[in-house]
Amino acid sequence: MKTAEQLQQIREHVQERLMARVARPDDFGLPEAKRSVMVCGGTGCTSSDSKAIIRALEQALAEHGLEQRVEVVRTGCFGLCELGPVVIVYPEGVFYNRVKASDVAEIVESHLKNGKVVNRLIYKESLDVNGLKPLSQVGFFRKQRRIALRNCGLIDPGKIDEYLAAGGYKALEKVLTSMTPQEVIDTVKKSGLRGRGGGGFPTGLKWELTARPQADQKYVICNADEGDPGAFMDRSILEGDPHSVLEAMAICGYAIGSNQGYIYVRAEYPIAVERLYTAIVQAREYGLLGKNLFGTGFDFDVEVRLGAGAFVCGEETALMNSIEGKRGMPRPKPPFPANEGLWGKPTVINNVETLANIPPIILNGAEWYNAIGTERSKGTKVFALGGKVVNTGLVEVPMGTTLREVIFEIGGGIPNGKKFKAVQTGGPSGGCLTEDHLDQPIDYDTLTALGSMMGSGGMIVMDETTCMVDVARFYLDFTRDESCGKCTPCRVGTKRLLELLEKITEGKGTMEDLDELERLSIQIKNTSLCGLGQTAPNPVLSTLRYFRDEYVAHVRDKKCPAGVCRSLLTFTIIPELCKGCGLCARRCPAEAISGQPRQPYAIDPNICIKCGLCLENCKFNAIVKG
Amino acid sequence: MANACGCRRTDEEKLRHVREAIERFRGMKGALIPVLHEVQDTYGYLPEDVLHLVSDELGVPMTDIYGVASFYSFFSLEPKGEHIIRVCMGTACYIKGAQSLLDRLGTDLQIKPGETTKDGKFTLEATRCLGACGLAPVMTIDEDVHGRLMQGDIPKLLKKYAEPAKEEKRA
Repeated sequence: MKTAEQLQQIREHVQERLMARVARPDDFGLPEAKRSVMVCGGTGCTSSDSKAIIRALEQALAEHGLEQRVEVVRTGCFGLCELGPVVIVYPEGVFYNRVKASDVAEIVESHLKNGKVVNRLIYKESLDVNGLKPLSQVGFFRKQRRIALRNCGLIDPGKIDEYLAAGGYKALEKVLTSMTPQEVIDTVKKSGLRGRGGGGFPTGLKWELTARPQADQKYVICNADEGDPGAFMDRSILEGDPHSVLEAMAICGYAIGSNQGYIYVRAEYPIAVERLYTAIVQAREYGLLGKNLFGTGFDFDVEVRLGAGAFVCGEETALMNSIEGKRGMPRPKPPFPANEGLWGKPTVINNVETLANIPPIILNGAEWYNAIGTERSKGTKVFALGGKVVNTGLVEVPMGTTLREVIFEIGGGIPNGKKFKAVQTGGPSGGCLTEDHLDQPIDYDTLTALGSMMGSGGMIVMDETTCMVDVARFYLDFTRDESCGKCTPCRVGTKRLLELLEKITEGKGTMEDLDELERLSIQIKNTSLCGLGQTAPNPVLSTLRYFRDEYVAHVRDKKCPAGVCRSLLTFTIIPELCKGCGLCARRCPAEAISGQPRQPYAIDPNICIKCGLCLENCKFNAIVKG
Repeated sequence: MANACGCRRTDEEKLRHVREAIERFRGMKGALIPVLHEVQDTYGYLPEDVLHLVSDELGVPMTDIYGVASFYSFFSLEPKGEHIIRVCMGTACYIKGAQSLLDRLGTDLQIKPGETTKDGKFTLEATRCLGACGLAPVMTIDEDVHGRLMQGDIPKLLKKYAEPAKEEKRA
């Protein structure tokens, strides 16, 4: 248990360490400078072995006697997952990418000991003719503004002292000691913050609606059941800055009159779960969770509940059923959670990213936040940029940034000289947008008007080799699988939609099927019980709207223009290019390729299973698909 | 997960672990799912006789337990293979060729996703997004993550896990 004064002492004590984690040009290359080595400990970089890098660093520093002068920090995600594992060294601000444990000895000896940067490992974009650019000027970071991700990459998420030094728990102290619950609600309302999990409901209003009813018990739930394929911002916040979510939950608890919070997190996120547990234990030790916070008599504690692999549990009422130990099926609304939520009690349920915005809003004021973004969408949004884009990773930009800025300036465009075709936003509930929409500002309302949605912020880029009919089929396969089965339009409707799409991708579709797709989609949207069913047809409707010619090519010409749908493909060997090496025949799992050595080989289309292995293996580009 | 924690424990130890978990969660609201997580972690699946124990101890009818266990994809009522291969079918991985990895694994192992090989070595699963989109396409074998894969990488990987000698060295 710490008093406000003791917390302030910790902040001041640790602040110096945090201050060292910025680029200081004056100390550039000075061998004796005090250095901080930041190693990304997010899921992406951990998967490519950043743990081994940290071990190797600590070992090598000890060998050179540098432990006192060099600090190794395991941080949350820097965002540039494509280049992982990422290591950043201050004061130079040198960004090393794709580092291996075997590179560590060289980094320690050359850079940390002698002040000489290891050029071969530097992220190429951070170099220009004049040498090293500051990281804030690198394309990937230049247009970003990090509010929800403010501490990811700066602090060690396993140490509460570092969160405190970065201003942590000051917002909680402020609301408990100097604001009334209504003032807290008003601040959040005025900030214009809207839910970041998908729906975009005004957060302050949600709090107000839950504060209103009288009840012996209320609950605060953090929805960390991030299920949209291709979205991983919530995971990164929990991994990189778990205390910000705990602090925000306590603030919400104070505002609505609740003393108990639950975090419902996917079991597929082991690192996030572990860091949450650590953070909760630390916060309890410091008296920042538990009884009588800041001596004000306000109690608040948090429990973690693990999901068990059901996408529908991201829906708020299904999630509550799951916490109650039942099948995760949605409930009809009304009653809304603000009146009858978890165990029938008034409940606020907010997404991770939404909560991460709360402490800065409290500290900097509603006007500060309100000044960022567009008229009806305030603040910033984190996007998980993935698919056919150079810089796969996590980006946070002000609302109103255009798709082009995100995909081409921050994301670095499309790799391998391919052409941009579409961008999918909002996951299985969203839709695909085309080149014509690239200059549209991103906010809740523009995306909805275009037939897509913000969703949780997945942004998957597609190039000319992506088949849009197959993409729609992929999403319907997903929603059909994840439909909980409670209501008929979703349970049966998504299955029928999938069957129609499969028929088309197999080349058996008719033009009437396209009309049927549309009719059925609208029916499912209008009659499903919860958000899952109501939005499941969006990928179909948006691709029909913007890529109808591709559907027509599948139906009328029996062709897949992108070369993806197998039933519509044939693999052929061009005799003029074939050298007769026979590698394709040896690799073919179906024994569909025959021929004599040094003579052109041939593929028997009746036996071919269209796996594409021959094409992948041919060294002479003699095999084509079409 | 199944193999990492369950493989070296005796039946008695496993049962004791489950009983301890039941004690830990007893009286907590909504205790069933946390207890099932412990059973799944301990055994790699949910054995029927253990579920009977859970039912008796928590006072939850077997029908309700079956309803919950069959609803969530994380829980399995069938034993799994020695190694569990999970191919990520998130959008980023799918766009970058995860389907061809899954097809190739299916051909090489002669099983469909969700099935276990006859020798009990491998279980093949198509899994929801693992969130390692920067490494797409991704699959995990047990606790190891393998990223940026091509279908040509599959035979080598399978061989590495199928050979018992190397397996021991790895462990």
